[in-house]
Amino acid sequence: MLRLKSVHTYYGKIHALKGVSLHVNRGEIVTLIGANGAGKTTLLRTVSGLTPAARGNVDYNGQNITRMQAEEIVRCGISHVPEGRKLFATLSVRDNLEMGAFVRRDRGEVRGDLREFRRKFPILSERWHQMAGTLSGGEQQIVAITRALMARPELLILDEPSMGLSPVLVKEIFKIIRRLREEGTTILLIEQNARAALHAADRGYVLETGRIILQGTSQMLLEHNEVKRAYLGKGYREVWEE
Amino acid sequence: MKEGKPLWKGVPERLSHELKSVMEKLSLGGQLVQYLFTGVTVGSIYGMVALGFNIIYNVTEMINFAQGEFVMLGGLIMVLCAKVLPLPMAFCVTVAAVTAIGAIMERSTINPLKNTTVLTLIIVTIAVSILLKGIAMFIWGKDPYMMQPFSGTEPLHLFGAAIQTQAFWVLGISGIVVLLLTLFFRKARYGKAMLACADNAEAARLVGIKVNLMVLLSFALSAAIGAAAGAVITPISLMEYDRGALLGLKGFGAAVLGGLGSFSGAVVAGLLLGVVESLCAGFVSSGYKDAVALLLLLLVLFVRPSGLFGNVEASKIKKF
Ligand SMILES: Nc1ncnc2c1ncn2[C@@H]1O[C@H](COP(=O)(O)OP(=O)(O)O)[C@@H](O)[C@H]1O
Ligand SMILES: [Mg+2]
Repeated sequence: MLRLKSVHTYYGKIHALKGVSLHVNRGEIVTLIGANGAGKTTLLRTVSGLTPAARGNVDYNGQNITRMQAEEIVRCGISHVPEGRKLFATLSVRDNLEMGAFVRRDRGEVRGDLREFRRKFPILSERWHQMAGTLSGGEQQIVAITRALMARPELLILDEPSMGLSPVLVKEIFKIIRRLREEGTTILLIEQNARAALHAADRGYVLETGRIILQGTSQMLLEHNEVKRAYLGKGYREVWEE
Repeated sequence: MKEGKPLWKGVPERLSHELKSVMEKLSLGGQLVQYLFTGVTVGSIYGMVALGFNIIYNVTEMINFAQGEFVMLGGLIMVLCAKVLPLPMAFCVTVAAVTAIGAIMERSTINPLKNTTVLTLIIVTIAVSILLKGIAMFIWGKDPYMMQPFSGTEPLHLFGAAIQTQAFWVLGISGIVVLLLTLFFRKARYGKAMLACADNAEAARLVGIKVNLMVLLSFALSAAIGAAAGAVITPISLMEYDRGALLGLKGFGAAVLGGLGSFSGAVVAGLLLGVVESLCAGFVSSGYKDAVALLLLLLVLFVRPSGLFGNVEASKIKKF
């Protein structure tokens, strides 16, 4: 579905991705792990077109999207929940979600989806007309995820959706991610909590200073000594264990 | 006027009637009505200019200091068009022409500047305003242009005051502009998308909004509103090449007074500024009227930095 071939991305002179290749199959949850500054966010931004690759190839469903603008890529079916949520802070929750469906033309179904999300996440209903910037971190994250889902993406890419949330909320977010997969959405996920991410995912890639140094099934990565030592510290156990 | 016998005693009937109406204007009530009406008329123009500032501010967080130039161009182009076209058509052509100028301005000076700061963009708009003023001087010269009021020169007598019918055109057109804009930003997909760009341009791109199209749209829309204001005020105030700067300044004052970005604030503050100015010019001295407007602005900002109607929460979120 999504395939990156030796992708290089720069911020000015900073070489953030140095030849990354990876793929995501339809229906999978794939996670990226790596230390701060490894280039995880950059990789997602390259996929969604916010910081396009300088060299290499990004293919999506057989289409070359390497040079495509972000506003076009979302029309191909990729929605990106960016790092730090990036809500439309002065718009209401309702308008944030409505803007999420900006690329869609099926007005009636958009309204149906809005109702559906209000039912699924009652917190949205409670805050419906409130400015999104005034919500709590957890509420904002839910708005950010639902806003991305309003585009009805085939591939959802999530950049640290549980950042800054309490353990209970983190659990809630992972529940949402699993449910999305059951509903057929493919997911590419970054999490600072690598253990939880690997438990939710089918496969994972380990990124270090702009290069992929390891890849494999979640099971394999969870048992890999190097990964255990570097990324799977103690703690957070209660968060992912049902 | 001298004290003593009424001046009109003994003059022929018809003339005395006219003089009487002039004198009546000088009664306190009549004066008040007169000044209020003038103030509201001028104020609604300030309000429209302020709306223009706010539209661009809301999308880009920058201030377009060429906003006043749009008004000037609206006035001068209207004078030209009205000579050859029927009024409604002249009005539409004027608005379309200035809208195009606004769009060209954005494409040629704002859009090419990628990855720059808001401050740089603001300075660019100042440069554009100087350029537009220069071009206008080249085309129209330095003298003010007059224009026939839309519906006759005969003033309307109300509560002892003589009101130019053009004032009603000004109020009507600005009312319509405010109504349409409010609907656009509250209800229309593109209206909300423009606000979304202002909040977070990157997130706007991620949901598929073409940000640079929205910026273009904001310039076109502000130019259109400026043109409408200019076209409708010229029969009252005349228009010349360098009128834009002062109008822009007053409009900017109104925008800040009302709370940058707030549309209702812009309108109310514009009216307030116009009325205060007009009362001051009438009852104190016209020399102070500009100072009074600025004084009012300073006072309000001192007490309420986000402006009269600025959303305090929004102003915490926004950059400035
Ligand atoms: N906007 C930016 N400008 C310049 N350098 C950046 C920018 N964003 C990230 N970088 C650099 O790119 C590298 C990768 O960053 P990032 O992708 O954010 O890492 P991660 O998400 O894994 O923490 C880091 O060295 C970081 O300093
Ligand atoms: Mg990151």
